[in-house]
This record gives sequence, C-alpha cells and structure tokens, in this order.
Amino acid sequence: MRIAWAVGIFLALVALLAVGLRLNPREVPSPLIGKPAPAFELPLLHAPGKTFSEKDMLGKVWVLNVWASWCGPCLQEHPVITRLSKSGAAPVIGLNYKDARSDALPWLARNGDPFFASVFDATGRIGIDYGVYGVPETYVIDRKGVIRFKQIGPMTPEVIEQRVAPLLKELNAGA
Amino acid sequence: MRAPRFLLLLLIALPAGIVQGREAAPAADDPVLEKRVMDLASELRCLVCQNQTIADSAAPLAVDLRGQIREQLKGGASEQDVIDYMVARYGDFVRYRPPFEAKTLLLWTGPFLFVVLGAWLLRRRLARPQAAAPELTAAERARAARLLE
Repeated sequence: MRIAWAVGIFLALVALLAVGLRLNPREVPSPLIGKPAPAFELPLLHAPGKTFSEKDMLGKVWVLNVWASWCGPCLQEHPVITRLSKSGAAPVIGLNYKDARSDALPWLARNGDPFFASVFDATGRIGIDYGVYGVPETYVIDRKGVIRFKQIGPMTPEVIEQRVAPLLKELNAGA
Repeated sequence: MRAPRFLLLLLIALPAGIVQGREAAPAADDPVLEKRVMDLASELRCLVCQNQTIADSAAPLAVDLRGQIREQLKGGASEQDVIDYMVARYGDFVRYRPPFEAKTLLLWTGPFLFVVLGAWLLRRRLARPQAAAPELTAAERARAARLLE
C-alpha cells in the first residue's frame, strides 16, 4: 500500500516534469492576438521619402514579417517567406527591424526580395508596439486590421502548412 | 575531502557572481528619475534573456525598453501606466510578480496548499495509535529466557 503511494507520487511528478519540459518558454503567448494591429507610419525601405501605414492594408488579408539583415534565423526562414509570398495567398509586408539601409538593401538584393512592400523601423519603436522580442516574427492580419496569428522565431514549412495557409484561406474566404 | 573541495569550488565561482551582479550603468543625469526607471525595470522580465530583468540585461531590447520606461516616466506616466504599457505588448509574462487572478490562483496558493497538505499528513500519522506489542505466550517466554542466558 505504501509502495503504491510512493510509486503513484513518483509517476505524477514524472508526468508533471515531462509536460513542463515539452513547453517552450520562448513562446510567450502574445496578448496582441485578436487586437487591432498597432498603428505605424514608417518610411519605405527602398524610398525613404515615402511612408507606408498599416491603414494602407485595410480591407486586405496580409502578412507582416519582421526581419533584419543581422539576424541569422531570418536568412534561414527567407526561402519559406519567399514561397509564401509567391504562392499568392496574401501580400507579405516586410518590417526591417533595427537595421541599416546600407545592410538591408544589399541583403535583399543578394537573397531576393519577396516583399509586397518593405518598411524601415530603424529605432525598433514599432517593433516594441508589436511586442517583438526576437526577430524574425511573423503576423497574420485580417481585413479589419486585427492580428489573428503570430509566429515567434523562424517560419517553417510545417507552420505555413498547418496554421498559416488554412488561416489565410479562411480569412480570404470570409466576407 | 568533500567539504574542502566544495569550498574551493565556491571560491572559484564567487568572482563570476560579482561580475554578473553589476547593473547596467544609468544613462540619464537625473538620479531620482533614474532610480524610478531602475526600480521599475527590475520588476519587468527581459524577454530576450528570460531569467534577467530589464534592469539587469544588456540585450539591445532591454536597453530600448529602459529607454521607453525613462521616456514615459519623464512624460508624467505613473509606474502602473508603464507596467500596463508593457503588459499590453508582451503579456503578463513580463511581470516578475504576476497579478493575482483566477489563472494564477494555483501559482500563488500552491505553496500554502502543500504546507497544509504536509501538516495534515503529519497529524494523521502522529495520531495513529501505535500497534501494541503482541503478548508472548508462556512457551515463548521460556524460549526467550533460554536464549538470553
């Protein structure tokens, strides 16, 4: 009887710790899901004189990809983002985060530019509004300008297939 | 042998603690404001290096967020305003002292529940009557006496 108790407690602890180990502490649930995308009015990466705002995308389902030329995982996810953009599922806006134009523009020239438009957030101020804490991060924003999904860290083909593509399809189908 | 080796390791590890324990240098010239900034920053988690506060961390985002705190406090925001600003962007996770609400009930009361559970188990155990020693038969007594002689 006593041994049964001890084994039971031991197994319960093992189960608890096993679950704990599988959780990823880096994936902080974003409080922004279901909230309007924070407003911005930023210069374009390619044309410093022109600005672009999230309001320009109202009425469209779109994807916001936060990246930087100094960020290794961004290069790693770049083919995935490129494929998403080429698939035509939704326009992808690039938010160049805490970067320099002299680094970012050659990076795009070298690796290809999949972005419908690129905005330039030199100070990272808009990044803070979007709760960015580790580039790359990717957001799906619906027609009303509400954030529906956020990926922290590099985008993977699995996440596109299982989460992003179905969501974009659903959002694009809705009125 | 074991204890001295432990002390030796402790001595080796000590300087590392001293080096890491230093806080980031304040950047503003107003010491009162800077104290408020650092007090608040040490309540908030740096999301890049999650076991550090924004006050401790040298990560670029922590530096930016300290700048945000400083700017907002300077602009007349209260401590609570700044915490709300951070929570709106990064969630409750940024708070080193999570709020007491339904979701965190177990987190806050868990340790006390364990103490109560332990006390209950201990009491139950102490209250249990000790099993009386079995009476020996006359034959057993005789055998014991023989063995003891």
